[in-house]
Parts: sequence; structure tokens; C-alpha cells
Amino acid sequence: MSAHPLRAATAVVGVADAADPSGMLDGTVTELEARMIREALDDAGLTLADVDGLAINNGAGWAASLEAAERLGLAPRWTDSTQTGGSSFEIHVQHAAAAIALGLAEVVVVVYASTPRSSHKRGGGGFRSRALGGVTPALEWDLPHGLRLPMGAYALAASRHVHEFGTTPEQLASIAVQTREWAAMNPRARLRDPITVEDVLASPVEASPLHKLDCCLVTDGAGAVVLTSAERAADLAKPPVYVLGAGTCHTHASITSMPDLTTTGGVVSGREAFRIAGLGPGDVDVVELYDSFTITVLLALEDLGFCAKGEGGAFVADGPLRPGGALPANTNGGGLAYTHPGQYGIFLLVEAARQLRGEAGDRQVPGAEVAVAHGSGGVLSAMSTVVLGSEATR
Amino acid sequence: MSERTDRGDPTTADRMLPPESPAGAPFWAASRERRLLLPWCVPCGAAHWYPRGFCPVCLGDEIEWRPASGGGRVHAVSVQPKVPFPGVGGEPPYAVALVDLDEGVRMMLRVVADDAWSVAVDDAVSIGWEPLSDGRHLPVALPSDPPA
Repeated sequence: MSAHPLRAATAVVGVADAADPSGMLDGTVTELEARMIREALDDAGLTLADVDGLAINNGAGWAASLEAAERLGLAPRWTDSTQTGGSSFEIHVQHAAAAIALGLAEVVVVVYASTPRSSHKRGGGGFRSRALGGVTPALEWDLPHGLRLPMGAYALAASRHVHEFGTTPEQLASIAVQTREWAAMNPRARLRDPITVEDVLASPVEASPLHKLDCCLVTDGAGAVVLTSAERAADLAKPPVYVLGAGTCHTHASITSMPDLTTTGGVVSGREAFRIAGLGPGDVDVVELYDSFTITVLLALEDLGFCAKGEGGAFVADGPLRPGGALPANTNGGGLAYTHPGQYGIFLLVEAARQLRGEAGDRQVPGAEVAVAHGSGGVLSAMSTVVLGSEATR
Repeated sequence: MSERTDRGDPTTADRMLPPESPAGAPFWAASRERRLLLPWCVPCGAAHWYPRGFCPVCLGDEIEWRPASGGGRVHAVSVQPKVPFPGVGGEPPYAVALVDLDEGVRMMLRVVADDAWSVAVDDAVSIGWEPLSDGRHLPVALPSDPPA
């Protein structure tokens, strides 16, 4: 009988903790986190540069591991914000062990700090001190300047793409035009009337260079997916859609800290997903790429390797994304025209699965065997790529 | 409420007061004298932005606040036709930029320009200050005079 693949596959190699008889510690929560990480890495004989995974269960804002990684200067390829209270850290270790055993990460840091006693003595929020006294970097350093979010952050990335590569508003607009052609075939889509590049450019500027029709909808929406083992899937009602590969990378929380405004974590998430799948961009039949804004799609096409960096504008202008195109994309009409209830990622998976099952009706991509669902979170912050395949790809 | 406020340009009295973190306190203190200080990691010999109370490269806590030149360049820019909500930004349309300061750090700033649409990537800017009602100042970017 062979051993469980996790058995003795990983080990704890560095530790640190801090406490004081006064019941209080100097420093803010985030300073204490940094100190613990520094000491634990020292203990292990490792440095911050060795760390490629981060687990943390509580944050000052809306996304603990994004905010912590930004503070720490990390772009982890494995991330965990699982929050279950006191047991969070055991769960982080469990997740990390599996991740490391499978090669998704090599060095993971699990960290926690909290200063409820000293915060209470200072008249602060006690246990709420975890939230930096309510001050996030975004509130302190970005918000006062009046950038409209989220569109303004994407607009800054688009501004940079235009400057570096000569990408035009017309090229960005063509993404919305092609997506709308798919929506016309989806009876549940919010926007089904055909549009032209001129329509997009004539729509109001939301944050230059992005126009209203470069931006996703705001709608209600909901979705779910169920996963099980390949063995179990073989006996169920529908043809299995296999998870062939998956990868993740987050690079920042605020657009101000994005390392390169024209390159997302999709470079890493896509590379990892394709590596695990043993496939490349040329093997993909249909893509569902998070389209919060047209620039989001352009960057995904480049970063996942469907075209070279900087060539996204020319690539989309040829019309590959439309029905019958070389790279059918966002075949449900996307966040730009189908639905966008704030966090759209579930719809990417649902549509990819329907395409691979051959259930997409009028908008079915003939012979689709390999699909990519590529999610984007925050402001081009967190990218996650899933490569899915039909029975033929197994 | 003034007419200007109704058009979305906050007066000093109506402008949102940025919250102040412990790590950012030296920046805000210097802003009272309209002086731009940046946090530097002494061992790394490099400035970083935003202030965290530690260096984002080595995680060391030997931080020194040093005066900045106040010069920089527009890295990316977007014109905002509306304010996200009252109390922030300027009178629309106004430009918000990511500015690369001479010290090698990137900061988000509103660009105070006669014509927001004329602000372009690579434009030279300098730091200016807008008064806040509590005596602090908010940094802004001012287009530098074109070379003679």
C-alpha cells in the first residue's frame, strides 16, 4: 500500500512568537506581523525572498492576504485568507502542506498578531485593534485624491498601456464590440443590441481613457460549481469537466503599489495553470476572461500568452474573440454585457463548463475540448487561472 | 455649503480629512509645514511608499524620515469626470496621476492643472500642498513649467 502523498512531505522549519508579562507589546499589529516573519525566517535560515506563499486570517480592509502581502513586498504564488477564528492557523498549515507537497508553493509563512490589551488601555477598539484603528493604506494615501474606483485604477493601467505600446481606445473598444456579439446570442444577457467601436467611444468617459461601454455592468447575479474526484465524477449525470491545472498570483492591493501597470499576476497564474495541465495557450479552444473592463481582457490575453506583451491591441483588433473567431472569448456575453454582480468569477467557470459539455446552444464553440477560466480580483490585484478539459483531454 | 462644493470641488472645510496611521504620522506632521518627508530604510538605503513602520524589502524597522526634492514625473494618469463622493478630489474634470518621485517611489496624487485633459504620461510635476481644516496639508502634483 502506498503512503499518503502528504505524509512527511513537508515540515515546519522556522518559528517565532512575542509576548510580555505586562500583557502588552510595543508596535502596531502590522509591525508585529513583520517582526514575527523576520524572526521566523531568521530562525529557519531563510529570507523574505524565499517566501512564495502567505496565509493570514484577518485584515484591516477587505482582503487579508492581499493587504498583508502588499505591506510585506510579496507577490505570492499561493495565498490563503481562510478565517475560522482560533483554528485558522492549523487550517493554514493543512492547506500549506498540501500546496507544498503538490509544488504550488515552496516556502509558506503563516502569521498572526493582535494587540487588544494595549489598544483597550489606550482607549482604542480592543479586539478591533486588528483593523489598524480603521486606517487602511487606501483610505490614508489614495482615497483623498479622488480616483473613482474601481474604474479609475483600471484607467491608470490603460493609460500606461497606451503610452508604452500605442494601444488605442478603438482597440480597447473592439473588445466590448466582440463581447456584445456573444451577448446577442444569450437570452439572459442584460445588453443584447449590437454595438460599434464608435458607440463605445461616444459613450461617456468614466475615467479616461475608459468609456462607459468599456466598463462592466452592475447587476444582480449568482452561481455555483460543484467539484468532486475524477473517479466519482465518472459515475455522475453529466460529462466530467476536468480541472487540468490551476494557478494564482496576487501582486498588490492598491493600484499605487502595482509593480508594473501593464503586467498582471496572470503571467504567473497562467504559467502555473498551463504547466500543471501540460498544455499551452495554443491548445485552448475557448476562453472566459474576467472582463470588469476592456483593459482587463487585453492584459489577460497578453499575460496568459495568447499574444505577446504589448501586442494585445493589434491582436484584438483582428476580431479573434467574436463568434467564429480564432479565440472565442466570454461566450456568455461576459461582465460587459451578460451580468456583473460585483464578483463575476463564478460565471467564468459555469460558462467554461457548459462549453466543454456542449451545452451552450446557439453560442456553442464547435468541438471545444479545452477552456480557460481566468479570474481577476481587486484592481488587477489577484489573478487566478483554471484550465478545464473535456473527457478527451484526460 | 458653497456653490463650489455643490459642483464637487471641496472647500477646505468640506474636504475629507485623511485618516492618520501610526506609521504615517511623521508624514502628516511635516505636512503642517508643507514639507515632504519620505520614509527611508537605513540599511537598504532606499525610500519606500507608503509608510508601514517597516521596510517592505528587508522588513527592518530602522526607518528614517528624510526630506524629498518634491520633483517627479507622471507615470500614469486618468481624468475623472465626476468625484467618487463629496469631500475628495477636485472640481471635475480633474486628473489623478501615479507620480514617480525623484527618490524612486510612486505616489497617487491629484494633478492641479488648468486643463485636466492636457496632463500626460512623462510630464514633469512638483509637489504642492492643499490646506486641510485640521492644519495638515494634502499633497498634490503641480505641472512644472515647460523648459524655456
